[in-house]
Amino acid sequence: MSDSLRLDAYDPEDFYDELFESSGRPRPEAAPLVDQINSLEPGDLRMRQAAIEQALMRMGITFAVYGDARGAEKIWPFDIVPRIVAAKEWNRIERGLKQRIRSLNLFIADIYGDQQILNDEVIPRTLVEGATSFRTQCRHLRPPRGIWCHITGTDLIRHSDGEIYVLEDNLRCPSGVSYVLQNRMMMKRSFPQVFAASQVRPVYDYSGRLLKTLQYLAPSQLADPKIVVLTPGVWNSAYYEHSFLAQQMGAELVEGRDLVIRDGFVFMRTTDGFQRVDVIYRRIDDDFLDPESFRPDSLLGVPGLMNVYREGRVALANAPGNGVADDKVIYAFVAEMIRYYLNEEPVLPNVPTWICQREDDRRYVLEHLHELVVKAANESGGYGMLIGPHATGEERAEFAEKIRRDPREYIAQPTMSLSRVPTMVDDSRFEGRHVDLRPYILYGEEIFVLPGGLTRVALKKGSLVVNSSQGGGSKDTWVVAGPGEQSVSDSK
Amino acid sequence: MLSRVAESIYWMSRYVERAENTARFVDVTLNMLLDQPNATAQKQWHPLVRTTGDSDYFFRHYERPNAENVIQFLTFDRNYPNSILASLWAARENARSVRESISSEMWEQLNSYYHFVRNAADGDRAMSSPSDFFHDVKQHSHLFNGITDATLSRGRGWHLFNLGRLLERADKTSRILDVKYFTLLPDIHNVGSPIDDLQWSAVLRSVSGFEAYRKRYHGITLERIVEFLVLDRSFPRSIQHCVIHADDSLHAFSGTPRQAFTNEAERRFGRLRSELAYSDIKEIIENGLHEFIDILQSRLNEVGDTIFQTFFAMQPVDFFQSQTQ
Repeated sequence: MSDSLRLDAYDPEDFYDELFESSGRPRPEAAPLVDQINSLEPGDLRMRQAAIEQALMRMGITFAVYGDARGAEKIWPFDIVPRIVAAKEWNRIERGLKQRIRSLNLFIADIYGDQQILNDEVIPRTLVEGATSFRTQCRHLRPPRGIWCHITGTDLIRHSDGEIYVLEDNLRCPSGVSYVLQNRMMMKRSFPQVFAASQVRPVYDYSGRLLKTLQYLAPSQLADPKIVVLTPGVWNSAYYEHSFLAQQMGAELVEGRDLVIRDGFVFMRTTDGFQRVDVIYRRIDDDFLDPESFRPDSLLGVPGLMNVYREGRVALANAPGNGVADDKVIYAFVAEMIRYYLNEEPVLPNVPTWICQREDDRRYVLEHLHELVVKAANESGGYGMLIGPHATGEERAEFAEKIRRDPREYIAQPTMSLSRVPTMVDDSRFEGRHVDLRPYILYGEEIFVLPGGLTRVALKKGSLVVNSSQGGGSKDTWVVAGPGEQSVSDSK
Repeated sequence: MLSRVAESIYWMSRYVERAENTARFVDVTLNMLLDQPNATAQKQWHPLVRTTGDSDYFFRHYERPNAENVIQFLTFDRNYPNSILASLWAARENARSVRESISSEMWEQLNSYYHFVRNAADGDRAMSSPSDFFHDVKQHSHLFNGITDATLSRGRGWHLFNLGRLLERADKTSRILDVKYFTLLPDIHNVGSPIDDLQWSAVLRSVSGFEAYRKRYHGITLERIVEFLVLDRSFPRSIQHCVIHADDSLHAFSGTPRQAFTNEAERRFGRLRSELAYSDIKEIIENGLHEFIDILQSRLNEVGDTIFQTFFAMQPVDFFQSQTQ
C-alpha cells in the first residue's frame, strides 16, 4: 500500500482551512508541523495514531458501547493532526473571552441583585424572568467574592468569512477540559520531535489554576480549606473528567450521599467521622443540587445545601442560577451587556440571532425555516435543534408549530459554515473535517484563559455535528507563534 | 478518608485477589491432569466447583463438571459474580469510583488486566493454551500488586488495600486446602503413593509454595503441608502470615496500638490472630482439619462483616440531625 499520509497533496477545497491557505500553501504558523508530517517515514504517523488509541484504552478513557452484552468499550476518537491557532489571533480571542465573561458575571450579579439592566430596559424583563434557568431562589444571593461563573467553556466557530464567532456560552457545568489535558499528554508522548519543533503554549497548569480558583472562594482565614469535587457518580458520562480533575488537584471526589449538613455546615462522612467541607466544585446541575430548594425528587444532591450556601458557610462553583446567562435567548443580548456594563465594543461577535418572541423576528424565522438553524433556549448537546436545510418538510412544520405555541423558548440563526482541519481518514489519507473550538476560562482572583482549548471534529464527511454523542472526535489545539514572533507568554 | 472510598478500595483489592486465586485453582487442576490417567483426571473438576461454594449455581447453568464447563464457569461466566472476568469487572468498577484515591498506574494496570481477560473471553486462546493464559492472568495480578506497593503511599489507603487482599488470600488458601484434603483423604490407601505426592505438590504449586516448602521441609508429608499452609509465619500465602499482616494493617488503618482494640473488628481479629498463634498442627489434625477450616472460614467472614460495620456502614443522617437540634 502506498503511503498517502502526506500533506503536500492535501486539498482544502472551498472551505476555510485552519492549516492551509490553499492547496500546497500551509499557513505560516502551521508550516513547521506540515514539514514534519511530510518528512516522516511511511507508516510512522499511522503507528503513532494507533499507539495513542491503545494508550487511551489502557487509561480507561472509554465509554460503554450501548447494548453490547459482552461489555465492549470504545474510546472517544482522537485525531493526531492538531488544530493550530496563530498566537496573534489567540491573543485577540483571549481578550474577547475575558471581556465576555466579565460582563456575563456582572449581568448575573445584577439580575439577581438590583436589576439595573432590566430597570433601564436594555434587556426585556420578561425574557430574563421568564427563563426556566432563572432561579428565584438566587435573588439577593451574594456568592463569595462576587463571582458567579468560575469555570466556563465557550464554544467558538470560524465561519467561511474567516471570522471567529461565539456560538454558545456554557456557564453551568462545562465539560471536556480533561480531554484537552490528556490529548496534549498523548501528543507529547507520541510525537516529541514534532512537538519540540513548534513552540506550543503549555496547558499543563490548568489543574493548578483550577485549584487556586477554588481556594480563592474559601473564607480567607482558613489556612487549608477543604475542597471537594461533587459528581453525580460513576454512571455520568463525564465521570472520568470529575475523577481526573479531583486527582490532579488532590481534592476529594464526593457524591451527594457522602455529604451531610450538620450545625449549619457541610460535612463529609469519613472513616474518622465527619469532616467539614469549605468549597464544592459541583458537577451536578442546579436542578439536582439540593432537593429542598430545587427538584424534590433528586437523589444526587445534598438536602439543605442551599441554606448553608446562602449563609456563606460553603462556596459553590459554579454558582447556582448562573445558567440564566447561557439561555440561548439571553445569549442574543451579550453585546448589549458588554456595552452596558463595560462601556466597550465586543471583541468577538455573536452569530446573528432572531428571537422568536419578537413578532418581526418570528415572522422572518417562520418564512425562512428552510435556511435557518432553530434552537431551543434551554437545551444543549445538539438536542432540541432543527437544521433547516437538512430537515424534511414534516420536521419543519413540527418546529413551526412549536415556535408558534411557545415563542419564548426558541431562537434561530443562519446556517454557519465551520472551518476545517486535515484529519486522518480510514488510516490512509488526509481529508478536511469541520471543527469547532471550546476554550476554558477560569474566573478567580484574575481571569485565566487556557491557551487553545478543546477542538471537536465532525469525523463524518461533510458533517457539521461535532458532539461526542453524534460521531464527533477531538484534536489537540496548539497556540503557536508565526515566524519571528514570540510564542510562549507563560512563564516556565 | 471517605467511608465510600474506603469500602471501594477494600473491595477492589479483594476482587483482584479473588481473580488471581481462581486462576490458581484452575491452573493447578490443569497441571495435575497432565500427569494422570484419564478417568482420575476428570474427577478433579468437580471438587473445583465445590471450592467456590457455588455448586448450586453451577449445576443450574451447566450440565457436567468437565474441563470446558468448569473453565468457562470460573473464568468467563459474566453472570457468576466470582468468575475471573466478573471479579475483575467488579474490581475495576470499584477502582473507577476511587480513581482519585489510587495511583494512575494502578488504574491503568487494572484496566489492561480487565481488557486482557475480556478480550480472551471472545477468543479461543484460553482453551487452546490454557496454561499460558492462566500464567498471564497471575502475572497481571502480580503486576497490579507490585505497582500498588510501589506507587501507593503507605497511608490508610494502602493499609486498607493490604487488609483486603490478605483476608481474601487467607480465605482462598483455606478453601483449596479444605477441598483437596476432602477429596484426597477418603482414599486413605493413597497416602504416601505417587499420586498422593503429586496431588499435594500440586496444591503447593497452586499457591506458589512448592519451592518454599521444599526449602523448609524437604519431604512431602500431609502434616507438614498443612502446617506450612496454615501456620507458617513467613510464607506470604499461608493463613497465619495473612492474618498477622492483615491485623497489623487494620491497626495501622484505625490508629489503634497493636495488641489493643477499640472496636469490634479489632477485637475479633485479635482473637483470631491469637488462636492461630497458639495452634498446634497435631491438635488441628486430630480434631479434624475440615472442622478447623470451617471455623476459620466463619471467623474470617465475621471479621469481614465487622470491618464493614465499623468503617464503611453509613450512619443514618437523622441520628445526627436529632442530636444537634
